[in-house]
Amino acid sequence: MTRTAAPTFAESSMLVARREITMRLRSKAFLISTGILLLAVLASIVVGSLASANATEPRVAAVGSATAVVKGVKGLDVREAASVTEATRLVREGRVDAAVVPADRSTSPLGIRVIALDSAPQTVLARLSVTPPVELLAPPKQNPALVYFVALGFGLVFFMSAITFGSTIAQSVVEEKQTRVVEILMSTIPVRTLLAGKVLGNSILAFAQIAVIALLAGTGLLVTGQSSLLGILGPSIIWFVVFFALGFVLLAALFAAAASLVSRQEDVASVTTPVTMLVMIPYFLVIFFNDNPLVLGVMSYVPFSAPVGMPMRIFLGTAEWWEPMLSLVILLLSAALVIVIGSRIYSNSLLRMGGRVKLSDALAKRR
Amino acid sequence: MLQIEGVSKTYGDRVAVSDVSFEVGAGRITGFVGGNGAGKTTTMRIILGVLEADSGRVTLAGEQLTAADRRIFGYMPEERGLYPKMRVAEQIVYLGRLHGMSQRAAQASTTRLLERLELAARAGDPVESLSLGNQQRAQIAAALVHEPEVLILDEPFSGLDPMGVETVLGVLRDAAAGGAPVLFSSHQLDVVERLCDDLVIISDGTVRANGSRDELRTRHGHDRYELVVNGDVGWIREFPGVTIVEVEGGHALFEAAEPSVAQGVLRRAIEAGDVTRFAPQHPSLAQIFTEVIE
Repeated sequence: MTRTAAPTFAESSMLVARREITMRLRSKAFLISTGILLLAVLASIVVGSLASANATEPRVAAVGSATAVVKGVKGLDVREAASVTEATRLVREGRVDAAVVPADRSTSPLGIRVIALDSAPQTVLARLSVTPPVELLAPPKQNPALVYFVALGFGLVFFMSAITFGSTIAQSVVEEKQTRVVEILMSTIPVRTLLAGKVLGNSILAFAQIAVIALLAGTGLLVTGQSSLLGILGPSIIWFVVFFALGFVLLAALFAAAASLVSRQEDVASVTTPVTMLVMIPYFLVIFFNDNPLVLGVMSYVPFSAPVGMPMRIFLGTAEWWEPMLSLVILLLSAALVIVIGSRIYSNSLLRMGGRVKLSDALAKRR
Repeated sequence: MLQIEGVSKTYGDRVAVSDVSFEVGAGRITGFVGGNGAGKTTTMRIILGVLEADSGRVTLAGEQLTAADRRIFGYMPEERGLYPKMRVAEQIVYLGRLHGMSQRAAQASTTRLLERLELAARAGDPVESLSLGNQQRAQIAAALVHEPEVLILDEPFSGLDPMGVETVLGVLRDAAAGGAPVLFSSHQLDVVERLCDDLVIISDGTVRANGSRDELRTRHGHDRYELVVNGDVGWIREFPGVTIVEVEGGHALFEAAEPSVAQGVLRRAIEAGDVTRFAPQHPSLAQIFTEVIE
């Protein structure tokens, strides 16, 4: 009998990774949840574009000498009315937002009076007012509302994807233990290869999902004519994808190692909770502290929160060019360390069925 | 030839196996017999490298086994299991590929095995939809897909229907005929007795007896004879050189100090009347087993 060459580490890992991906893509629950996530992203962009499109110029009716005043103001859609009565009627009928009519200089130094239905028409008043020039000493580079939504977006996408694929890898590890197929696998390929394949497969899936979301967000912004926003968001989105890819490898190794401690699906949640917390913390921090440079600065270097913190700082323009590189190196080194520790826990726990394996036992040198 | 040399393993204070040594000859089917917790599964896991031994080594044709060598092993663990949601054929092809087969070779081998195991019709069904007996057959296919050169099977017959047992027997015999060392454990001593060339008996983590089946029979045989006559056979109690095992009416079971004593008993019996049965008795494996582990 002629022997074929032994498969290499890479070949075996790829086989394992491919199985993980195929089985996942075949799961209806996964396809549906991904579809919902993509729809949510798309919907938020469309809604954003509709909201900005609706902000049209306020319509005003002008009467007599007031016409000359409002015609000189930019940003008003002016129509002339024959009389104050007619202008008032137009306001009542809702065909204009306000009417501007001549007034006695004694009651109004401007010589005009504004008639509106039930509240002072702020936009019209702002257009008619004169404001002195304002000089900000520390102008924000981004609109604060936009900052909040971007923080929410990064935080949410990171959180959702990490939890989704983290629990997938945890379930897949326990499935192999629970169904005992793991013993056949262990007698066939080295345990490290098995772990590497699992991490790789799920990371590819998570990365693909993030990339699709990024792409969808980008095209969505372009199609709805919000290309200026794309220009602002683009670089931070790209960094987010890069950081997420590495950050997820780290999380995946943690999820796999934690899950290998138990033998039943029912027990998965109890061991993966600490890892889940690690994923939730950056999500809450970025939402509550997206305007706090110190918290963001620390977040952008701590490996677990860097995938959210660093893109946020890039978006805010507060990161020097070398900072993402440094943070990426820190993330890379911690990922490598976690993989080494995780694979020890994993290989020490795989054959222990029944109760939960103690972490100290799992970390002990293999006997 | 697969050799296990001085293998020991302890879990904490509990000794699982201690200084276990035996060999599985090329082309020979070796039965591995022992009670629950005797150390069979631990030994097999160590052979497969799934567990690391505290001491001792496992060699194949004189060479220490490495992880890469073990992919030519076919292993059926005691704890059965396949991916429940994967399709039968897909899963077996996957395991074949993990062993280093090309996609085409793995597919061809899977088709062949499923035919032989009469599972071809279920090839596209998820494993979880199969009956237990059929899952067991799929498990056999999983152990054999890569055309292994060494077979290590832990309780391959448990959970199989009689037809399944015959199929597996056939597969094992073919593998041995092709020159593969075959080691299997079983609780079903009658099956072991029928199938194996060699035997290893283990108890409390140590090997109590090992050798070829016939050797063991001779070693543990007691020249026992069965005699059945018409009439009473009570006289045999006084016959010199005979040790009685049991006597009842015309039926006697006895051990003779020498073969000539047995012949003497037969002559005496014929003088006394009709002899309907006179036969030397080989000890059954169950008898040897009980004797050895005591």
